[in-house]
Amino acid sequence: MITSLRNIFYFAVMAGLIVLVGQMQSWNLALSILNLCLISSVMALGVNMQWGYAGLFNVGVMGFAALGGLMAMLVSMPPVQEAWTAAGGGAWVGMGIFLLTLIIAITLYRKLPKNGLRTAAIMLVVIAGYVLLRIYFDPTTKVIEKVNPAASGYLGGLGLPIILAWPLGGLLAGGVAWFVGKITLGLRSDYLAIATLGISEIIVAVLKHEDWMTRGVKNVTGLPRPVPYEVNLQNTQWFLDLCERLGTDPVTFSSIFVKLCYAGLFAVVLLLVLWLSERALRSPWGRMMRAIRDNEVSASAMGKDVTARHLQVFVLGSVVVGIAGAMLTTLDGQLTPSSYQPLRFTFLIWVMVIVGGSGNNWGAVLGGFVIWFFWIEAEPLGLWLMDVLTAGMADDSALRTHLLESAAHMRLITMGLILLLALRFNPRGLLPERTQQ
Amino acid sequence: MSDPLNAAALLANFVIVPAIAYGSQLALGALGVTLIYGILRFSNFAHGDTMAFGTMITILFTWWFQSLGLSLGPLPTALLALPFGIAVCALFVLFCDRVVYRFHRAKRADPVIFVIASVGVMFVMNGLVRFIIGPDDQNFADGERFIIKAREFKQLTGLSEGISIKVSQSITVVTMIIVVAALFWFLNKTRTGKSMRAYSDNEDLALLSGINPDRVVAVTWILAAALATIAGTLYGLDKSFKPFTYFQLLLPIFASAIVGGLGNPIGAIAGGFVIAFSEITVTYAYKKFANYIVPGDWKADGLMQLLSTNYKFAVSFLILLMVLLFRPTGIFRGKSV
Repeated sequence: MITSLRNIFYFAVMAGLIVLVGQMQSWNLALSILNLCLISSVMALGVNMQWGYAGLFNVGVMGFAALGGLMAMLVSMPPVQEAWTAAGGGAWVGMGIFLLTLIIAITLYRKLPKNGLRTAAIMLVVIAGYVLLRIYFDPTTKVIEKVNPAASGYLGGLGLPIILAWPLGGLLAGGVAWFVGKITLGLRSDYLAIATLGISEIIVAVLKHEDWMTRGVKNVTGLPRPVPYEVNLQNTQWFLDLCERLGTDPVTFSSIFVKLCYAGLFAVVLLLVLWLSERALRSPWGRMMRAIRDNEVSASAMGKDVTARHLQVFVLGSVVVGIAGAMLTTLDGQLTPSSYQPLRFTFLIWVMVIVGGSGNNWGAVLGGFVIWFFWIEAEPLGLWLMDVLTAGMADDSALRTHLLESAAHMRLITMGLILLLALRFNPRGLLPERTQQ
Repeated sequence: MSDPLNAAALLANFVIVPAIAYGSQLALGALGVTLIYGILRFSNFAHGDTMAFGTMITILFTWWFQSLGLSLGPLPTALLALPFGIAVCALFVLFCDRVVYRFHRAKRADPVIFVIASVGVMFVMNGLVRFIIGPDDQNFADGERFIIKAREFKQLTGLSEGISIKVSQSITVVTMIIVVAALFWFLNKTRTGKSMRAYSDNEDLALLSGINPDRVVAVTWILAAALATIAGTLYGLDKSFKPFTYFQLLLPIFASAIVGGLGNPIGAIAGGFVIAFSEITVTYAYKKFANYIVPGDWKADGLMQLLSTNYKFAVSFLILLMVLLFRPTGIFRGKSV
């Protein structure tokens, strides 16, 4: 009873804070914060599955979120016809080689007996596929990148509704997670951490440098939206009628309305993931996962396949992170590979989970809200703090300028300190895990 | 006739010499990781940023010495500043151990808690470095740049390809040899070193025989800080100092330590060279080399580069995966499974 009251209290405070921002600053800002809070909560739920349920340390959250973002772009952007006519053949050949390599590798994996020879055979196939791909596909990429490089210079996407990308982005992230987990799970726990760190750096490097696919650092902007555009709303009769009835200005209200639509979509996903996670955690499966986390040796003595369960939960968590990554790119309306920073996408999510309460889904959601809120509001606070601290110095003082310019780096230090402090003084988080016997 | 010689010179200039220097830097970094792993039993994610921190202190001292007019003649001033960098970095790392890790050690926390704590330390250090020196490139190398320039080599030998050796590269190798010799002497011959190895092999037995764990841990941190600062400074002299690059060095360093076998110092050195040589051979464009080697008028039409340099850390990742698949304990049988 007391715990549920505490939950309600924390969430009420959080809602109050967002309303306060709406009143004090602007409703537009409050809703942007709310939207990112919702996405962060979904991502934190994914990491909570890995860390909270199973004790797996994933340092590559950034990579899985980026895969979701990539999928959002690939699904929603219309295909670039000129690029397909100029280089369609080469692109199909490349895709064919890629798929063929994948199929042969998977067949070998399933058919051959499990030993070093199988691994070697798969590796040979993959290397051969890579070399063929380089030989046949490299000239094609140059052709694609030459087609109108200022506006496109890439193949585009499938031109499908962007909502489809959310589950697909999750699937892509889950597939990569399976590959990484298959190799590193079952070995020391640190290996998973190091391997995920590596794969996430590689994924972001691919996004940054494969211009034919993602336009690289030129970014893909103007992804189609799942919700109406402000301009269209302002010309729609029912919307104008609504504004008149509410007595608001259509221009301001249209942007609030769009953000509300997003918030509705994200809330549906969040509630769905939360409901499923809660169901899973309370099921026999959830009890088994906790048993494995708390004592691997006795769980395996009870006949549980620890490595397989770890792989399962690692993939599931990555799927959720991928979905959140696709949602984020949808909200941004653009794919900006250089925006994927480990601090923002890996570390911040970790802080959310640990501060919120690892192992408790509601805790992860609360962590997502609280930490994102302070992440956004920390910048004005930090600037203000630096301003006050340096107020005594002359305006042209070199130290003052240096401090003001470096205020942005304070975020790194602050978040690091929050994590260390939470780990030491409140390792169970704001909403600790409940275990009912 | 001199084509094969030219090809060899080309390869030496662009692959072998840089790989030896880079390998030495990685080996020093991996030694620090492996020491921490052997004694404290966790993978220290803050090591890359410890390198950045130590290097930053060294750079600040270098600038100060330069403004005082101190210099080592042909050698870079940074060598003079290095001991100060090591001292400050060691103090800072000991402070981190005191306020962060000691608490978890007393509780005998899970290794993964230490790893998370080290990620926290990593971000604090990263933030400090960016706060103090900024996120941009800093070039602090001075003194002579080359021992032998490509042009001089060409005149000397009459080949059309030259080999150039930078001062920073030779300093790297010489320093690496001295540091590794000193480290092995310390670990094998001194009383403290022996107690460290005993502690690493069997903690309980070591405690029973009266080894002071606090002392062992403190010495380990000081050694790790020294190795990190030396590795970071050498890397910065050879290339340039940029905080983000040091964060990215974490992956090849971990890969070196794991490839050699975590907890095994000889393995760390071997692993460093394995990673460095593979990274550079895979990302080198062999076009010119092939043109020398292949007889007749055949000319390579592509760059003949296996992997673009943008993906150079993918090489360490792939080697890491291969080692984990075939020999999870590393080449030299570390203590990890």
